[in-house]
Amino acid sequence: MSAHEEDRIRELLRQALTRVVAESKPAPEPGIDLWPAVLHRLDGQPAAQDIQSWLGWVRLGSSWFDWALLAGVAVVTVAFPASIPLFLYYL
Amino acid sequence: MGTWPNAAMVDEAGLLDRFRQGDVDAFEELFRLHQRAVYGWVLRIVRNPAAAEDLTVETFWRIYQARGRFEASRTFEPWARRIATHAALDWLRVQRPESELTAELLSAQSRSTADPGVTAEIRVKTWQAFMRLPPRLRVAAILAVVEEQPHKEVAEALGISVTAVKLRVFRACRLLRKDLERQGITP
Repeated sequence: MSAHEEDRIRELLRQALTRVVAESKPAPEPGIDLWPAVLHRLDGQPAAQDIQSWLGWVRLGSSWFDWALLAGVAVVTVAFPASIPLFLYYL
Repeated sequence: MGTWPNAAMVDEAGLLDRFRQGDVDAFEELFRLHQRAVYGWVLRIVRNPAAAEDLTVETFWRIYQARGRFEASRTFEPWARRIATHAALDWLRVQRPESELTAELLSAQSRSTADPGVTAEIRVKTWQAFMRLPPRLRVAAILAVVEEQPHKEVAEALGISVTAVKLRVFRACRLLRKDLERQGITP
């Protein structure tokens, strides 16, 4: 592509897409104050991660075998409290 | 980008130090100083005010997350611009070209130009061909050609060399010419 052709394409581009921010005009501003949204994002992220990890655990542990195993362990610990240290040892 | 209002007037050294330590008040001060410039920069790339607002929030969130990697020897502005550019690029990558039939297309159809040889049809086809370019070429072309930003600033924002920016603009022009030729338009 020659320099002339490149210049022509550049010119076409300038005509098809005008400048969003003209030098002569003041810089554009957001329509709203964005700081509350940034704060919300900063505050919300850890909480969202916690919820996601909890939901992930529930999803992973929702097979019937996992729940049956959990119920069995609960029954054994209630019936034989002395077995708790043994469970803790193997955790 | 040109001007980052107020930024030059404020001694940012202490502010940046507090920001690096995770001080939210210092971060808010930085945000107030630079949000307009970040918004303007992103708007130049995505050309959609609502998306630019979302991406400004995303940029400052990324800035806060990356505060530990900020080098004290650097200035905040180019660093923020680079993060903003990458956030905008990520956004462009997930947008479908047909979803961007915005007011800009209508404007291209109706715009009266200095060159009477360029019809509304050519402008619209150029716009459509431009939207089909890979995002990284689009960003280089839009910043360097349409928004007329200095190549050095574009290079810093994209994290590439000035030569690479020129190469991307050249490739964008070449692909545009081929696309227009396929549509029967000889630029």
